[in-house]
Amino acid sequence: MIEFTLPSMGADMDEGTLLEWKIKAGDTVKKGQVVAVVDTSKAAVDIESWHDGTVLELIATPGDKIPVGTPMALLLAPGETPPATSAESARRASASATVAKRINVSPAARKYAQQHDVDLERVAGTGMQGAVTLKDVERFALARPAATVPEVPHERAVEMRRVIAAAMQRSKRDIPHYYVSETIPMGEALAWLTSANTTRSVVDRLLPAVLLLKAVAITLRRFPELNGFYRDDAFSHAEKVQVGVAISLRQGGLIAPALFDVESKPLQQVMRDLIDLVKRCRAGSLRSSELSEPTITVTDLGDRGSMEVFGVIYPPQVALVGFGRIAQRPWAQDGELKIMPSIKASLSADHRVSDGHRGALFLTELSETLQHPEEFER
Amino acid sequence: MNDTDIHTVVVATLKSIAPEIEENTLRDDLPLRAQVDLDSIDWLNFLVGLHERLGVDIPESDYGRLITLRDVIDYLGKARSRNSDS
Repeated sequence: MIEFTLPSMGADMDEGTLLEWKIKAGDTVKKGQVVAVVDTSKAAVDIESWHDGTVLELIATPGDKIPVGTPMALLLAPGETPPATSAESARRASASATVAKRINVSPAARKYAQQHDVDLERVAGTGMQGAVTLKDVERFALARPAATVPEVPHERAVEMRRVIAAAMQRSKRDIPHYYVSETIPMGEALAWLTSANTTRSVVDRLLPAVLLLKAVAITLRRFPELNGFYRDDAFSHAEKVQVGVAISLRQGGLIAPALFDVESKPLQQVMRDLIDLVKRCRAGSLRSSELSEPTITVTDLGDRGSMEVFGVIYPPQVALVGFGRIAQRPWAQDGELKIMPSIKASLSADHRVSDGHRGALFLTELSETLQHPEEFER
Repeated sequence: MNDTDIHTVVVATLKSIAPEIEENTLRDDLPLRAQVDLDSIDWLNFLVGLHERLGVDIPESDYGRLITLRDVIDYLGKARSRNSDS
């Protein structure tokens, strides 16, 4: 039997409110299928299943506030037979949990109790056979004196600010950042882009941003110490590069979901997917894998941004690439002064995992990659 | 389609990208991208929207001519009469 838990949705989202189930008991589920919609401070997130299976029981109900990692449903693995009754299986699950007394507590209730410091022995159970349900624990927690219950912000904007603050604070507290920067000439890249765009209708036009994202993904292959996660005092390098794109939301706030497979997709596809991603971010509708899978983040402030940006790494990632606006700058070349469009790129990196020398090499190679945009589609 | 109609369509397209703008405070003689915070993707989506609604495909080389709202309306008006003449 599989406990389907609410997956991580990025460092700054530790819980969500279930909006609706897309499955019911008895349904077959495939890995990657959207099974529920969960509301967070930043977006309504389509939760994807990590398993193939059949739905045995839905534990959470719409309206429930669910911490990440809490069981939401029970699934049977393919080929598995269901247990005698579901109450019996809940009892089996709670019996294996580390609680001193034998109390029947649903997995969701147990997790909530843990998070909110509730003594389960004091909670009256209203579930089957006196089992303690999530509602029972919530009711108990809310009835406690105000001092022990956290305030619930009402506006999404306030809540979003709070989660961003928590993530950024955690990043600066835990990650020893170092910074390197490089001014990258963009004459070649922009000439290639202009030429590529003359034959394209406005609907197919490529922006410099996709060249930057592609170049980062390609260059990152050779720098595994910048691509992965630092968790439990250890770094693990990620197999693939999944670039998180920092996107600012019109009503304020920031989100950095993954734009998948930038390395392997043709530029046209990257452009289409980027536009679609931005649209869904602004509409507040993303998939859980987009939030949990970025292995590095790129922040491109664009043509209305500043000259350069030194960003804050988004944990548990270990690096962040920042781009300022492309501007015409004086440039010395072959003993002559000319005007060159250029961009200031920066790397913020985790000094526990990499050193300045490697960080600097990454930027040098990134610059070199951007001098040959015609190679991107090979 | 006269200038006023084009103005209506342009503002409607802008609103689909930046829903928070207030039409009566929008000045057509000041740079548009200073009044409405549009990044490069927003700008592109704006042009795609204009293409969809007015059938005008604006080449990159003409972007520099579209600074104010008035510039945009005049450009579209001329482009449309060219299209209907040919």
